[in-house]
Amino acid sequence: MDTLFDILWDEHLIADIGDGIGLIAIDRVMLHERTGGVALKSLAAAGRTVMAPKQAFAVMDHIVDTLPGRSDRTLMPTGTAFITETRAAARAAGITLFDLGDERQGICHVISPEQAIVLPGATLVCPDSHTGTQGAFGALAWGIGSSEAEHALATGTLRVRKPATMRVTVTGRLADGVGAKDLALHIIALVGSDGAQGHAVEFAGEGVAALDIEQRQTLCNMATEMSAFCAIIAPDEQVFAALEGRPFAPHGADWDAAVARWRGLASHPDARFDREVTVDAAEVAPMISWGTSPQQAVPVTGAVPSAGGQAAANHRRALDYMALEEGAALIGLPIDAAFIGSCTNSRLSDLRRAAAVVKGRKVAPGVRAICVPGSGAVKRAAEAEGIAATLVEAGFEWREPGCSMCFFAGGESFGLRERVVSTTNRNFESRQGPETRTHIASPELVAASAIAGRIVDPRTKGGA
Amino acid sequence: MEAFSRLTAAALPLMFDNIDTDIIIPSREMKTVGKTGLADGLFAGWRYVAVGSREKSPDFLMNRAPYADAKILIAGQNVGCGSSREHAVWALHEYGFRVVIAPSFNPIFRNNCIRNGIVPVQLAAEEARALGDTALREGAGPVTVDLDAMTVEMAGVGPFVFALEDDSRLMLRNGWDAIDLTLQHRDRIAAWREADRARRPWIYLEAGR
Repeated sequence: MDTLFDILWDEHLIADIGDGIGLIAIDRVMLHERTGGVALKSLAAAGRTVMAPKQAFAVMDHIVDTLPGRSDRTLMPTGTAFITETRAAARAAGITLFDLGDERQGICHVISPEQAIVLPGATLVCPDSHTGTQGAFGALAWGIGSSEAEHALATGTLRVRKPATMRVTVTGRLADGVGAKDLALHIIALVGSDGAQGHAVEFAGEGVAALDIEQRQTLCNMATEMSAFCAIIAPDEQVFAALEGRPFAPHGADWDAAVARWRGLASHPDARFDREVTVDAAEVAPMISWGTSPQQAVPVTGAVPSAGGQAAANHRRALDYMALEEGAALIGLPIDAAFIGSCTNSRLSDLRRAAAVVKGRKVAPGVRAICVPGSGAVKRAAEAEGIAATLVEAGFEWREPGCSMCFFAGGESFGLRERVVSTTNRNFESRQGPETRTHIASPELVAASAIAGRIVDPRTKGGA
Repeated sequence: MEAFSRLTAAALPLMFDNIDTDIIIPSREMKTVGKTGLADGLFAGWRYVAVGSREKSPDFLMNRAPYADAKILIAGQNVGCGSSREHAVWALHEYGFRVVIAPSFNPIFRNNCIRNGIVPVQLAAEEARALGDTALREGAGPVTVDLDAMTVEMAGVGPFVFALEDDSRLMLRNGWDAIDLTLQHRDRIAAWREADRARRPWIYLEAGR
């Protein structure tokens, strides 16, 4: 009667440390130059080594520039040290490195499935909060800190407090023009930014099974924004097809044995979850955030809501920061910039949908529009398919892969108090630049708003 | 890691929900590939008048006595949400914080606290609010956190009891290193991996590429 999470927990439990803590085997460790370099350096300084270097990977994504012709020199002050020191530490540790100039380079959570580093049923950790993204492949994947990354590298394990379980069931199917990003914001607005705290979240139901593998990654990615320990979706044939033949996927007899095992990875029909939430897909509309927390999101056709009781101080602070008033419509708000990218929405299908919206049209005068593909593979495919050309003709900047302006690291950013529509996952204060006002939404909504120069409903031809 | 038993110190009440790690330390303030040199960047967005400036904003509580000497942070729901950056905890620790009190914690932030000798004290929302509101008052006294009694109190408020799982409490209380503790299971880990290799050989990659 186990849940999928319980099955994977039990499979990886090496020892019960007591009081709800398990010593859990870690199958894969991913690192990036922002938080991984310090873990490798600290490990070496303590005189320890990586226990299983063939199962550990590092990539440059957070600090590297995304401008054409980039090098180790970055616009971010002191950024070069993160790149060069992570490179040196990764080489010394003997782990696989996807460096600048490597055609496999890209955002860690985008390249992991491209390389089949993540596998169904595997445990994967990364010192990055959005690691739960990779649960879309039926893996137990969660974000950790740098000290825990050091622990995982040194011991092949982590001491983990067992989370409770929560299932989010999506009944029915999403309407045309509504996607996983909208579904995610709908769920987060419903349960709150800490609504899944202490819980491993399984997404299930017809509305989830109907999502393609890239949309599933978007959904799992956003579970971080409701404080989930991890997100997971039972793997299916679509997942196996997406991984087969990839560089680190099992081959030959191993592949057949693995798939046979993976087909059994699902919650028992009578499994009991500590918490159940049901969402009707038919009720999900294109969503956009209005405030400074992802839970502060409404249908784009809606208005800024009024505060309820105790949340008044937070609500007021968000309104002041965003320069909005209660009752204000979201549609029609003038924007300064539009950003398409990040581990949430930078995969080929995301860019394809954005390109379909802007095809034959131009970005509004005065609006800065940027598109950053999630990986080298996505970039090459988008260029081959004509997506890049469509975006560039419309007036988008077309960048090298990386995390880019999802966050402001002191280098490149949007301008002071600029209003940005963005496909990223966080609308925190100053996240994308000094006092920038970020509205997070789907690639379609961001693309349509870039053309209109103001927030629009992407379902309305020509913008409403 | 230093051991923690009992602390009486000024508390800084920042009674907002969802104080994220970008607020605790903005990405632009993470300037070196290390765990030090971060205290100056703590709460930089709220603490200084402008990005990159070191001129203190008079509005921010931590820039005033007695809050400037605080070793205990009191926050709202979901403290430490957002980025997994451990720099948030390193910055808090380097500034002098040893305790964070909140009604709920982001799980990665909570683990990062425990791994660095900062005690995460989870209280009921009304208990945290009572401490925070009192700490905001002129002439408010210090807060005491006791890791043996598992209590937190200040003059006229509490004591409130909090809980921590044994593993985390012992590490904090004794200043133990988690890796050292885990390596005591070295043989068991090796045996588990050997058996698992037969069950799931595809997990054990032969070569990096």
